[in-house]
Amino acid sequence: MEHREGALGKDALTLWLVQSTIARGRVLDVDAEAALAHPGVVSVLDHTNAPILGQGVDEPDLELMVLQSTEVRFRGQVVAAVLAESAEAAREGAALVRVSYAEQDAEVEFGPDTTLEIPDKVNPDYDATSDDGDVDAALAQAEVVVDQTYRTPYEHNNPLEPHATTALWDGERLRLVEASQGPYAVASSLAPLLGLDVADVVVTSPYVGGGFGSKGMAHAPAMTAALAAITAPRRPVRLAVTRQQMFALTGYRTRTVSHFRLGARPDGVLVAIDHDVVEQTSRWKEFAEQTATSTRTMYAAENRRTVHRLARLDVAVPSFMRAPGEMPGMFAHEVAMDELAVACGVDPIVLRERNEPTVDPETGKPFSRRRLVECLQRGAELFDWAERPDDARSRADGVWWVGTGVASSTYPAKVMPANQATVTSCEAGEYRVEVGAVDIGTGSRTAMKQIAADALGVDPSCVQLEMADSSIGPATVAGGSSGTASWGAAVVAAAQLFRADHGDSPDPGLQTTASAADIPAAEDHALHSFGAIFAEVRVHRWTGELRVPRLLGVFSAGRIVNPVLARSQFYGGLIMGLSSGLHEDSYRDPRFGHVVTQDLASYHVAAHADIGDVRAEWLDEEDFVVSPMGTRGLGEIGIVGTAAAIANAAFHATGVRVRSLPVTADSFVS
Amino acid sequence: MSVQLSVDGRRVDVNVDPRTTLLDLLRERLDVIAPKKGCDHGQCGSCTVLLDGRRHLTCLALAVAQDGAEIVTAEGLAGGPDGEHDLHAMQRAFLEHDGYQCGYCTPGQICSAVGMLAELADGHPSHVSPDLTAAPKATDEEIRERMSGNLCRCGAYVGILAAIRQSAQASA
Repeated sequence: MEHREGALGKDALTLWLVQSTIARGRVLDVDAEAALAHPGVVSVLDHTNAPILGQGVDEPDLELMVLQSTEVRFRGQVVAAVLAESAEAAREGAALVRVSYAEQDAEVEFGPDTTLEIPDKVNPDYDATSDDGDVDAALAQAEVVVDQTYRTPYEHNNPLEPHATTALWDGERLRLVEASQGPYAVASSLAPLLGLDVADVVVTSPYVGGGFGSKGMAHAPAMTAALAAITAPRRPVRLAVTRQQMFALTGYRTRTVSHFRLGARPDGVLVAIDHDVVEQTSRWKEFAEQTATSTRTMYAAENRRTVHRLARLDVAVPSFMRAPGEMPGMFAHEVAMDELAVACGVDPIVLRERNEPTVDPETGKPFSRRRLVECLQRGAELFDWAERPDDARSRADGVWWVGTGVASSTYPAKVMPANQATVTSCEAGEYRVEVGAVDIGTGSRTAMKQIAADALGVDPSCVQLEMADSSIGPATVAGGSSGTASWGAAVVAAAQLFRADHGDSPDPGLQTTASAADIPAAEDHALHSFGAIFAEVRVHRWTGELRVPRLLGVFSAGRIVNPVLARSQFYGGLIMGLSSGLHEDSYRDPRFGHVVTQDLASYHVAAHADIGDVRAEWLDEEDFVVSPMGTRGLGEIGIVGTAAAIANAAFHATGVRVRSLPVTADSFVS
Repeated sequence: MSVQLSVDGRRVDVNVDPRTTLLDLLRERLDVIAPKKGCDHGQCGSCTVLLDGRRHLTCLALAVAQDGAEIVTAEGLAGGPDGEHDLHAMQRAFLEHDGYQCGYCTPGQICSAVGMLAELADGHPSHVSPDLTAAPKATDEEIRERMSGNLCRCGAYVGILAAIRQSAQASA
């Protein structure tokens, strides 16, 4: 959180977290004597002296019930926190706290023998299963069958700005400056547990250094800072989560195992799609990644079945990471499609064209727009696809095998309800527009100003925008590629109502508050963006080293409000997709369940030298079925399918099929 | 312990805890918040400044060891906090080419890029230099290689490269 003006930071105390070293059990004792004796240490919070949370709350969120009991539910859980006059003293104090435990057996990894459950719903509220037609019978009769298992690893969001909270309790109100994708969401999840009204928890997030989902909800550190602030009234408390602590406390993407069975005619036309997902959640707070939901919509087939099965483990809580569900699910589906193309001897783009549905296979509703085939064809043109040899391992350049691959991409379009915006007329034809949006780096501050100016029919310089403050009112998070459409719809509604009520030349001081209007047509349509990802991969003949000299995405994502911001989102998605394709892997210690690769030297993300010629294009369009601005959202679609395009290109280069991420050199040396 | 140093042209004389890193001294004591803490372990590059003219990771430097050092942060490159109208050419190039998204890694990227071009001009070879004895050129490959100590999780590398390429051409 970077801000000089209005900072709460003066005279702040520093808070440092102490984390459990066991995966499951009870805290017997927190010995703070040595820590308290260290110069500068002010206090040590633990379960015996922390303010009580969640009184009168049914089923409180256990992730936020920090320091409320002796129970340890995962390794890395907050079991104490040290408050000190300086960061150096707080950190040293935390190292001096001695915690003793009664340890219990823990289950921290899933395998063939793990008990699995089908959850009631998968994130956010999709059915966990779907079943149309008779998949088993169709597969039994299918002339071509692809039957393979695909794996994606644990992954951590790792925004460059770590999570941080500054909290100040003035005796009646709690003020938090929080690195968050949703200040209102943080206020509304902390307030009830603290016994406060939402209005008495004011959360601001003026500048946020990326999130990618990990800042999409309040996590334990924010609540720990709030608790510490209550014990130190009128002094701000600052907590900066360390990079290492982020691997236990701020969410991650679950490992997934997708068993795919595709049944097809010899020409590649699908008759059956079966996607069986096994993944995990923490035992005490469920997050079920919606890995198979995109499979329900992607291609036509008479017989389709999906199921998600969850292992409940004694581990940290998984959460949103860019395109939860679509990213791992489409990796599996799009590599399986490539395998089907090879099995049928059909070009991968032609295969996808042959399986293009006319309506949403899942709901039978028409798509608001579905331009996947156009994306594939435009990408083929830009990528010289026509010159691609059909056979794998048929092109070499010196010591490098060279191949190209393609994958489809998709992401649902969402407009979240419950956003409101306020328009106030000011002097000299200016307007103040307030909306609880937040800019995590996407440029939503710019986009909201453009949308407001457009809706009011004034120059953007006449709009004073206020956002990133929970006290503005209900607002949804910068997530799910829904921010621009959801906040923007409220801004448009407020602007239109303002004009209807007060006309084009209002006196200063007039005000209108409104929520987004419903779009009835949205109910009758399937709302999705689509894209096509193309990759060129070179694999070193002797070392197996992989390079991606070319990466291209062509997207159909609704109206583009601002081309500079849009291109940056597409690039960012493609590059994070490349990163997951080649590098990212949170290696879990099978004994204790914590992440071993818990820093940026061992959890590798794409560096500059990994990037070649990256390009993104979009089709011109507007989609007024989704939102009044014609937008569909574009923060996530770039990551979807990218790792599959890379794996498919690596196959085309070498003839070696890799079915688990990341795709690494060892697969290509034998 | 007492140290004297110059930060963005300002003389500073401070007593520091021997455990304090240069990054924490800048941010927490001197309110110079351009360098960012992304990892605190020298793995991300967000805290990069120019220290005695060379790019340096402030999270890996102890403040007590910097007596007499001259430090220029991204803020100092622009001529201080009020220097918005006097941006360094590299900063203008980042703006022009959209070389950032969230902006958190950006001050480190910019300091690193300025230091990197100076290393190139001084003839330092890199891992990808084809000839270790010849003067290296600011090719895309060289720039990408030499900037790989500065991670950008938003993936703004395309714009970062374009910005640095432009600056390299302008200064060549």
